[in-house]
Amino acid sequence: MNIIVIVKHVPDLVEELEIAEDGKDLNRDFLKFVVNEFDDQALEQALLLKEKGGGTITAVALDAPEIDQTLFTCLAKGADKAVKIVGDLEGRVTSHAAAHMLADALKAMSHDLILTGVQSAEDLDGQVGPLLATYLGEPHVSVVTGVEARGQMVVVRQEYAGGVTGEFEVDLPAVLGIQAAPQPPRYAPISRVRATMKEKKLVEIQAAAADGAGLNVRQMVRPQVASHAEMIEGNTDTVVERIVGIMAERGLMNG
Amino acid sequence: MPVKGVKQAPIVVEKDSVTVRGIELKGQWNRMFEPRVIDDYDLTHLDRVAALSGGESIEFCYQCGKCVPVCPVDVVGNYGPRKIVRKLQLGVDLTEDADLWLCTTCMNCLRVCPKEVDMIKIMPAVREQAILDGKFVPPELQKTFENIARYGNPQGESPRKRADWAKEAGVPVPIMASVKRPVDVLLYVGSYPSYHPRGKDAARAMARVLTALGVDFAILGHEEKEDGDSVRLAGEKGLYETLADSTIKTLAKYRFNRIVVFGPHEYNAFKNVYPKFAAENGLAWDYAILHYTQFLAERLDQLTPLLKKPIEITTTFHDPCYLGRHNGEYDAPRRLLAAIPGVTLVEMGRSRENGYCCGGGGGGMWLDSFAGGHQKMRLSERRVQEAVEYGASLLSVCCPYEVSRFEDGVKSTGNDGKLIVRDIIEMIDEAMRAE
Repeated sequence: MNIIVIVKHVPDLVEELEIAEDGKDLNRDFLKFVVNEFDDQALEQALLLKEKGGGTITAVALDAPEIDQTLFTCLAKGADKAVKIVGDLEGRVTSHAAAHMLADALKAMSHDLILTGVQSAEDLDGQVGPLLATYLGEPHVSVVTGVEARGQMVVVRQEYAGGVTGEFEVDLPAVLGIQAAPQPPRYAPISRVRATMKEKKLVEIQAAAADGAGLNVRQMVRPQVASHAEMIEGNTDTVVERIVGIMAERGLMNG
Repeated sequence: MPVKGVKQAPIVVEKDSVTVRGIELKGQWNRMFEPRVIDDYDLTHLDRVAALSGGESIEFCYQCGKCVPVCPVDVVGNYGPRKIVRKLQLGVDLTEDADLWLCTTCMNCLRVCPKEVDMIKIMPAVREQAILDGKFVPPELQKTFENIARYGNPQGESPRKRADWAKEAGVPVPIMASVKRPVDVLLYVGSYPSYHPRGKDAARAMARVLTALGVDFAILGHEEKEDGDSVRLAGEKGLYETLADSTIKTLAKYRFNRIVVFGPHEYNAFKNVYPKFAAENGLAWDYAILHYTQFLAERLDQLTPLLKKPIEITTTFHDPCYLGRHNGEYDAPRRLLAAIPGVTLVEMGRSRENGYCCGGGGGGMWLDSFAGGHQKMRLSERRVQEAVEYGASLLSVCCPYEVSRFEDGVKSTGNDGKLIVRDIIEMIDEAMRAE
């Protein structure tokens, strides 16, 4: 099976985040970046599929600061090829623009499966997978916690709230949003990452012109510290009366 | 017997008969036993370890078992270098066995081994192989490697906050990049004194003591990184090399007369391991390295008059493996303790050359949960019990790994209120605070 894994960077929360002067983005001058944890899970899932049934893995990322290191780490862990999409990619790229550029690049790459992280901590948008599937005309399943190859299809487990899981048969090629691989992401020894940097090269692809649609950030603000908790005291009747009163005040009750 | 760490082929001189001082000795008496056939076993795994660079001495073992009773891990579990060799002979793949991660490289086995089987080289070599082969690496250790690779410290804290402890030291703590002149002492702080809450207490005490002594010192601040010795011993050689390379190049930018280190692990790295790495990579490394207890013990004439406040307490001292056994320094910490008025030192049964291990060395610091699953109790807990058995109310230490390990051990063994744990530098700082 030929698998493409999409990886991206998110700001590393070990450093304090600052809001940029225009109030619409983070101050990117001082940001450190780290691979999106769900993308790491997607790569692990791909590696497990390859170990079991053979095939190839291609890691694909849009150009970003420090992204080379992450792509070489993917290669060191067992990916066969790493592709960097370069172009006009300064600052924040919306999920719509990202999906558009990825779809344009992936059209030309033969694949059975595309794995993305289910979402990224940056915007918790979770739209790259569904949009990519739409642009490519492939089926999509999100919040996936396990993938098994079965002939010309894959069987995937999707996670719901309350510990419920569903199982789907998905025709290939398909796009899956990975929530978690069956085992924790593996470790890439530093010596192997360094050797990979010497032995292998990243493939660069020119990005398509960015699509302007997508999420528009109007304002970014720090969470406000507020204390709105009201402790209701008294006997049961008084407490019930107050709760009913509050619900009525907020328009949560009819009559 | 190995010569300079290399196995020698046996010299076989066999004659049917020789005459010694007129008495004929017939060879047949020497051949009354058939040679024991050990080739009946599948020795693949043993041979594989022996073939690793650093693994050669595994073959020297003749199973005498002297290493087992002195092994600190065997005291709290079922482990011991002899047992490792036996397992390998019986076909166990060490790269897939939990025993691989239990050795703390404390060196007590090598001290007593008549055949110089060197677990301090064997274990890191096999661990490195396991990591390179993609075998199971305990997740907590993996996370630590990732933190160190990314942030330069095992805690995964921001490198920019490495010198934040200094803000509350109460004395100025100069940073090399800002002083712009040579200094006498470069104080290499280390990750635990930089980031761990109890480690920071010791770092601040150190800054105050050095200031009181009028020492011209500075630290590297955010340019400092984990030294990497424990990373190397835990098997991540590539990461160790990256750290050594970075530290050597950072230090080369500055001028100072000596490096004083907080930790025995940095001491071992800078004194015994970095020189070889620097020579192999065409880098300069020629520094005087002192553990802080050595640096202060050299200045006892100046220090003693400052220690005015008596600390009436019975203490015992835990020899750090990497200051004591690995580097032969047993006296400097004891001389400092003797200089503090009021302090009575009692020695534990396992002290000096036979000192017990806290469990933190060789990567053990980052394998606490994993090791806990294979032992009856933590090594640190066993050591705390021993300190209490010997009647100490204070366990004094001089390795940054130990304060947190032993304080946890005091709580988990129910000795809260009976035993306190202090770094020697904290006690010196305390004794300087005359009413």
